[in-house]
Order: sequence, then C-alpha cells, then structure tokens
Amino acid sequence: MTTVSISNIVKRYGSKKTVTTALHGISFDVQQGELFGLIGPDGAGKTSLFRILTTLLLAEEGTATVDGFDVVKEYKEIRKRVGYMPGRFSLYQDLTVKENLDFFATIFNTTIEENYDLIKEIYQQIEPFKDRRAGKLSGGMKQKLALSCALIHRPSVLFLDEPTTGVDAVSRKEFWEMLKRLREQGITILVSTPYMDEASLCDRVALIQSGRIMQIDTPAGIVQQFGKKLLAVKSNNMLELLKILNDQEIVENAYPFGEYHHVVLKNGGEDVLRNELNRKGMLFEMEEAEANIEDCFIRLMNND
Amino acid sequence: MVDKVIIADKLTKRFGDFTAVDGISFDVSQGEIFGFLGANGAGKTTAMRMLSGLSMPTSGKAMVAGYDVYKENEKIKRNIGYMSQKFSLYEDLTVRENIRFYAGIYGKSNAFIKEKTELVLKQLHLTSEADKLVKSLPLGWKQKLAFSVAIFHEPKLVFLDEPTGGVDPVTRREFWNLIYEAAAEGITVFVTTHYMDEAEYCNRVSIMVDGRIDALDTPAQLKKTFAAQSMDEVFLKLARKAVRGE
Repeated sequence: MTTVSISNIVKRYGSKKTVTTALHGISFDVQQGELFGLIGPDGAGKTSLFRILTTLLLAEEGTATVDGFDVVKEYKEIRKRVGYMPGRFSLYQDLTVKENLDFFATIFNTTIEENYDLIKEIYQQIEPFKDRRAGKLSGGMKQKLALSCALIHRPSVLFLDEPTTGVDAVSRKEFWEMLKRLREQGITILVSTPYMDEASLCDRVALIQSGRIMQIDTPAGIVQQFGKKLLAVKSNNMLELLKILNDQEIVENAYPFGEYHHVVLKNGGEDVLRNELNRKGMLFEMEEAEANIEDCFIRLMNND
Repeated sequence: MVDKVIIADKLTKRFGDFTAVDGISFDVSQGEIFGFLGANGAGKTTAMRMLSGLSMPTSGKAMVAGYDVYKENEKIKRNIGYMSQKFSLYEDLTVRENIRFYAGIYGKSNAFIKEKTELVLKQLHLTSEADKLVKSLPLGWKQKLAFSVAIFHEPKLVFLDEPTGGVDPVTRREFWNLIYEAAAEGITVFVTTHYMDEAEYCNRVSIMVDGRIDALDTPAQLKKTFAAQSMDEVFLKLARKAVRGE
C-alpha cells in the first residue's frame, strides 16, 4: 500500500526577479512500513519537500498525498496522522521534558499513558530528567525528547528532517537502531540526511541534489547500477598519486576515499594503470573495490 | 628542528565541579594537518576555545603560535584563523566585501589586500562572482570561500570546526584539496569532523573521551593499535567507553 505519493512537485522561492527553484518536479512513492531515506547535501531541497508533505508549505505545481489525503485540500486530516521532527530543535525550551510531552499529547487529544508503549524505549532514557527544562538538555537528550513528542499521538507516518546532522558517530548509530525498532511497529518513516553512509540503513533511498532526484532504489540496487570498475589505490604519496591517476586517459574519475583513492575506470584497463604507476616509480597497493552510495552519488553528480 | 605551533601540557578547564577538559598534553608541528576528534560533549569545543585564546584554562600550560594562552591571548587571536560551519561569512556582503572586511580586521595593508584578493578569487574560480552577494552562492562555494578568508591574513595556524558538515561529497573533497594546499604552504590545520573518512586525510589524529585525549597517532598506527579496519571502528571502540553524556 502506498502511504506517501508525490507527483511532479515544483517549489519556487523568491519574487519574479530572483526566483530560486528548490524542487524541479519531484515524483516518487513510499510504501507503508518503509524506512525511506532522502539523501543529499544542504540546499538539495530535502526540507522543502518535507514541509510540503507535512502541509506546512504549498507547492507551486504538482500534487501529493499522505496516508491517502491530499496535502492541500485535506491538510487537517494529514496533520492528525503525521509526526514531524524538524531539523532545528523546536520544542518549548522553558517547559520541562514532561510538560513538553504532555503538551503534544494533549494537542492530539491523547495522553502519555495511552501511547506509552510506543515511546517507552526512547523516553525511558530521558525520563530521569523529566523535570528538567528542555532548554537545559544536551543535544542527544533534546533529540530523544523531540522524537518522543513526534510519536506521542501514534502517527502513521513519521518525517525526520536531518535527525543526525552534527551528531557524533556513536549517537548516530544509536539513533538508527531506534528507527529500525520503530519501523517494526509498522510506522512509515521518511528520514533525510546529508550522511551518505546512512543510506545503507534504509529500505529504499532517493538521492537528491539541487532539487532533482538523481536515483531511487534500494541501497543494493543503487550500488549495482554503478556499472563501472572501481579500484582502491594507496601509496606513500597520496597527493602525487591522485594527480597521476587523474591524468590517465583510461580513468573516468579519481578521488580521495578515506585511506585510499577511489579510481573509476572508463572501460577496464587495470593492468595499463598498474604499469603506468610502476613506470612512474610509484610504490602502491591496488585492489578492486565495491562501490558504495557515496561513489554512486559522486558519479551521478559528475554525469549531470 | 620542526617548529611546534601548539604545545599543550596538562591543559585543564573546570566549570564548577565539572572537568570539561582533563589535563590534555600534545603538540602539533608546523604544516601538520591535525584531526581533533571526539564524541559530542567530549570537550573538543572547550579545548579549542582555550587554544584560540577565547577561554582561560583552569590549570596547565599551552603555547599557541609561540604565545602563552594565559598572558598573550590577544596575540594568539591575531596569529590564527578560525572557521566553522555555523559562523563564517556575512551573507549580505559581496564576496569581495567579505574578504576586505576580514582582512581589514586583521590589519592587513591595502596593497596586500588588493593583490591577494585577486589571487584568492582566481584560485576559487570566483572572479566573475566577486561582486555578488554571498547569500546567492551555493553552500559549497561559501564554505570554500570561508576557508580562504580564514587564512587570508596568512596565520600560522587555522582552526576548522566541522567545516564540511552537510556539504556534498564532491565539494567536500574540493574543500580538502584547499586544506592540503594550505598545509603545503606551511599553515598548520587543526580540524574537527564527524566524517570518519576525513580522519584518514589527517597526518595525525587525536580522539577525546570524557575530557581526556585517549588516543593520538597517525591514522595507520591507530588502526593497528586498536586492531580496526577503519577509523570509524577506532572511533567507535574509543567513544563507546565514554561514561559521561553531553
């Protein structure tokens, strides 16, 4: 069953003279119970799209439905059914943890007790601080409170706008584990992130750049479509190595990738490259590598 | 002898009975790219504020760019550059005005500013955008410009606080090219990041846990020491030991 359906959404900002197009006709569907990732850098249009789907912003063109309801005509129905965690912390800083949660529960005509089982695992981690003002919480605790507030009315769709931005690697891992367990409860989750490595944790992802979707598929499907031979090379002089690699006719692209440089070959020719590096007197290690989402994103950006 | 641009010796900062930075000792050489990692709340920002002359240590010693953090913090400020993702440029000034403004603050001569501005614009391929407002530039360009502005006055040392957050993967790599170029010119780069692949691009990396530096070495040696495949694994092994929250 389709829970979110987006068709040709266009969003423009600014007046007639200086128009910025944030979304250039975006279309895709998200199925019920899916954990769907919108992966792209700042300024790609992720927040605009989420705000349109949560009925906080009107699109210039196109249509969208959430849980079967139209985002323009039936916005009130949608607001009852979605949970939204914006990128910026937007709870009441001068209310306590418990007061914030109570407030959101009351607005949606429910109580903490009624839906406690859904938020229990997350909320228990901050419950010892329930009388602390939200403004005095650490970043990680604020995040857990915001997620609890977004869930307290048992939404059918959850929108999380960059929940892990600026968060360290350990907390990011924990957050994703929480999301996986929420999905098991049947909640459809749309999450946006600029971190490419988080793509592999989603059921399906859309890679978005400059208001356009470059590709939509399962993480494995995207990687399969990379379609070129990828090598990982390292040497004792990485800067010089990169220069040589990018000068080769057979190389489509070469770029730093952690400890290695990744080399995309146009049409094979690994041996030619090996010989050339030997001829230049480079000491190097070279092996075939599996492309990941970041390699795919770079390749899609370059082919644009 | 290699010049040490940062020498920290048991540097400590307490807020009441909370020890944010707990006796860290390390040094950084001229031209080095030094990665300063740690979980949120580990004490990185507090340490950086002490090293950049913005916050007085509770105890311990530190020399930065040849100056004492207690007595010569104003001189430190003049001799370092600073850039973060959050604070960088004035959106409603043009590219050229931003450069002029920052260079002026650091007391550079008009002749120097004029000559170097053209050089920087050329390096960033921004010559044709020089008179456009910064807010009209894509994020990636802004970040690269912010870095060039932070080192415009040719400091010995530049602090970069999560400079590449939210930037696309291609621009992120272009940004690191600029870092390499600056380091090759002798500018020491002190950088924090949440991208573990970027830790690999540093000459040496330190990892803070609960206010202490629990590991400091080259990325290759750290991976060996902690029997890890990647810096991500090293980081997780260390940061999971943390007992205190943010």
